[in-house]
Amino acid sequence: MNLKIKVNGEDWVLDVAPADTLLDVLRERIGTKSPKIGCERGDCGSCTIFMDGRTVRSCLILAVEADDHEITTVEGISYDGISELQTLFLEKNSFQCGFCTPGIVLSATELLEHNPNPTRHDVQEALAGNLCRCTGYEPIIDAVLAAGEGGSE
Amino acid sequence: MVIANEFDYRRPVTLAEATEILANHSGSVRILAGGTDLVAWLRDDAIAPDLVVDIKKVPGLHDLKLDGDTLRIGALVTFTDLIESDVVKEHAPLLAEMSETVASQGIRNRATMVGNICSAVPSCDAGPVLLAYDTTVHVTGPDGDRALDINDWFLGLRQTARTDDEVVTHLTIALRPHGGVYVKLMRYGGEDLAQAAVGIVAYADQEYRVAFGAVAPTPIRSARIEDALRGRPLDDALIAETVAMVRDEISPITDIRASAEYRTRMTEVMLKRGLVAATERLAGTGPAYGTRLI
Repeated sequence: MNLKIKVNGEDWVLDVAPADTLLDVLRERIGTKSPKIGCERGDCGSCTIFMDGRTVRSCLILAVEADDHEITTVEGISYDGISELQTLFLEKNSFQCGFCTPGIVLSATELLEHNPNPTRHDVQEALAGNLCRCTGYEPIIDAVLAAGEGGSE
Repeated sequence: MVIANEFDYRRPVTLAEATEILANHSGSVRILAGGTDLVAWLRDDAIAPDLVVDIKKVPGLHDLKLDGDTLRIGALVTFTDLIESDVVKEHAPLLAEMSETVASQGIRNRATMVGNICSAVPSCDAGPVLLAYDTTVHVTGPDGDRALDINDWFLGLRQTARTDDEVVTHLTIALRPHGGVYVKLMRYGGEDLAQAAVGIVAYADQEYRVAFGAVAPTPIRSARIEDALRGRPLDDALIAETVAMVRDEISPITDIRASAEYRTRMTEVMLKRGLVAATERLAGTGPAYGTRLI
């Protein structure tokens, strides 16, 4: 089937099968590797992408469903250098292996767009669906809080 | 892991086209809205349709509005839509309270409330709340439109009163002043299925609707508990009387997430706290909507 899709500002036209997931097409056909293959059932959040400005699980979307939609990944928000949030992730050692980081950066970016000054509870709720097996979450939450309107402490 | 089952995919652009596709298809068919259950089930080989009909391009299924006292919720309204809706916040905050407990932000942005009751798993969060609201489910098919009482909707595990050639177009809820509560027991806050859930709506003159989730093959209402509550002021004795009924009203199983006994004991506690909170909210007091009661 024909798939017309915009990924990080670039237009793509691809022939895909109905059973191809968006995650696989992004990684294997388009070469966008930041969405990761984790649990593949929507629980871990490592495949998180922006679809039309909201986070979604690309493992739970058929590629054909994304026809005429706009996708943004971490690559797309980093064209002009990394964001303040990403800088804070570096400063606060908010990742170790980095597998979960693209998904967490996008979930936190969505939170900050809708709630520029989140509380610790807000951050915990917003990231509840992004699993990290390295950090214990605290440095991640600290980075997101510092990126809020309060700025770095 | 790829989806092993091959299927055709259709994306109708009108409701008439959607129902025609469904009516003319003889094999196994699945309707796709948010897909957060469907795609996971496809990958698990739990279902193997030969046709998937994506209804997201069908116009008119996105409505979320109040017509007089009737709240109309289209089939494509997501849990995020419900959480962010001013109409819901003002007139039916119980729907937002329930929606906030569903999975994670990335799932809520995609998953629809109608899809939740069409998947009809025992722990579906929308089930108890929509039962307590006496919701009407509107479907359309080759024989025209049908309006189904939600109390006749859940037939069994993952089974509903919708026939394979019908599409749910929307839900309606007749609103009148009420206090509501959704209490959900999870292993941790966020991203978990209910181990047990209680949905309650309290109306004036001690009129209650009481429903449970994840403690029977389907979400269930308890007419016995509602009858006991009717017309009697809620005091400790009445709460104790209804809590004592819980054990006979529900039929939980023991599985990887909780034992039957734990589910039963916790449902009793949740009913007690829920009745108090719903009654207080009816009076304009009580914990703010969204406050976790367990």
